Amino acid sequence: MKVSEPTDWLHRYALLLACMTLFLVVAGASVTSNEAGLSVPDWPLSYGKIMPEMKGGIFYEHGHRMVASTVGFMTIILAVWLWRADGRMWMKKLGLAALAGVIAQGILGGMTVLFLLPKPVSISHACLAQLFFSTTCAIALFTSQSWRRGADLVDSRGWASRPGAVLWVPAAVLAQLALGAAFRHKAVNLVPHAAGAAVVTGVVCWAAVHLLVHYQRHDALRRTAAALLAVVLAQVFLGVGAYMSRVATAEDPQPMPVMVVFTVLHVAVGAVAMAMSVLTAIQVHRHARPAGAERVEVGEMSYAR
Amino acid sequence: MSQFLLLLIAVLGALLAACGGGSAPETKTEPKAESAPAPPGPAGDSVIEGKVTFLGPKPVLKPVSMDATPACARQHSKPPMSEEAIVAADGAVKNVFVWVKAGLAPGSWPKPSGMVTIDQVGCVYKPHVVGVMVDQEIQFLNSDPTNHNIHPLPRINREWNESQAPKGDPKIKSFPKQEVMIPIKCNVHPWMRVWVGVVAHPFFQVTGDDGTFSLKGLPAGEYTVEAWHERFGTQELKVKVGAKETGKADFAFKG
Repeated sequence: MKVSEPTDWLHRYALLLACMTLFLVVAGASVTSNEAGLSVPDWPLSYGKIMPEMKGGIFYEHGHRMVASTVGFMTIILAVWLWRADGRMWMKKLGLAALAGVIAQGILGGMTVLFLLPKPVSISHACLAQLFFSTTCAIALFTSQSWRRGADLVDSRGWASRPGAVLWVPAAVLAQLALGAAFRHKAVNLVPHAAGAAVVTGVVCWAAVHLLVHYQRHDALRRTAAALLAVVLAQVFLGVGAYMSRVATAEDPQPMPVMVVFTVLHVAVGAVAMAMSVLTAIQVHRHARPAGAERVEVGEMSYAR
Repeated sequence: MSQFLLLLIAVLGALLAACGGGSAPETKTEPKAESAPAPPGPAGDSVIEGKVTFLGPKPVLKPVSMDATPACARQHSKPPMSEEAIVAADGAVKNVFVWVKAGLAPGSWPKPSGMVTIDQVGCVYKPHVVGVMVDQEIQFLNSDPTNHNIHPLPRINREWNESQAPKGDPKIKSFPKQEVMIPIKCNVHPWMRVWVGVVAHPFFQVTGDDGTFSLKGLPAGEYTVEAWHERFGTQELKVKVGAKETGKADFAFKG
């Protein structure tokens, strides 16, 4: 089937949205780390205004709302752009799913304010942020030139490169991010998050090393796996740093910069790890096929050139 | 690819639903009216008094950085010190909430007619620890030229969060259930915190600079007295006092 091709500008715009979303994750983490979650007691306005005086915790809370509004507006544009310019129906639907996700995320954010940070809502808000960021990264991949060039098929080797099996990697990372959010919002103690870190690091290392060993000459798989491995190892370091800085500053009367920086970086790199695990799963599904399987491009297309 | 995406979304969605689960939000209800009023609480002429001390190296007070909020920083010639652990040279501990935790005969005591005042001045709650009776009114003032939000974080009473304009009208609040202690924060200025002990009877006190307390007007009996400190934790002592006697309850927290 010949369908219209996404343009380079659409891809660049999707990349910009992904970067803005990561910035939004940083802004959200700054709110929690600075204990500013309820510094603005009303929603959707802030102190009854569109633009309150940006001082103290209000800077973080209202700043987060401003970045979120920008990302929401950009997502509307992306959904419309995909609907009009991308011939793939599943991409049109993915654009709409992203829009639904950012709307749901905004509503969850409002609920955290109006209902005074109920833990299930706050944790869901944190989890959906990670999923939305992964979605924007996936859209950027799907609109890229490398994706348009088509799959570079290789025979699947081993359990880790089976499309169904590799789904467990992002699932495990998301579960770990949820435990991290639960710890940050004081729903659980550190033990489940620390235990989860060991499990997820093991799962990611196993999957990434498997891909690196078996697909050394496959650029897309090798690069994605290497990036995933590097990000997760960095995340472990940041997690240790975030905990140690929290313990070291426990008796300070306010959140200290060293703790805030480590914690915000830990949340942001966690989002990147989640996105990388999703992209890895997508790349494995795209390129690695069971040996002897027929080369059928399910869900893909040849572009009109 | 569409099937794969659906599967991916389904797996991640299921995980999201699972991680967002947990217990339902706490239902907050006001106390039900009693069918019959409790009898008046017994009054007496006994006293329990004592001193709270800290054994060990004196905690180092840390300065509060208000640099990010000039309206707060301008009100201090130098950064104010944290009030979390104020220990005098002789070991006396300030801001300890001491109260009769158990031993009183059932009854009700009339709440004081006066209000307890908590002021926000220099972006610090004054005083740092207070005690009130159940339903006793607390007057929150904002003497600062900047806005604050008042956000109690109770476990038993109802949580609320309200902003207060610079030098705005007082906010009059009360807590209908006994709870020791309730932290109250200002999320605009994360160093701001006050602790409120809400007790069903009048036998409580907050220690001053000399670490002493005196619980007067108790009927003769045996009581469990608790001392609470935000950093050092809690301690309990059993004290028996006869009519017109004074019992001693000296607490010693260890570092």
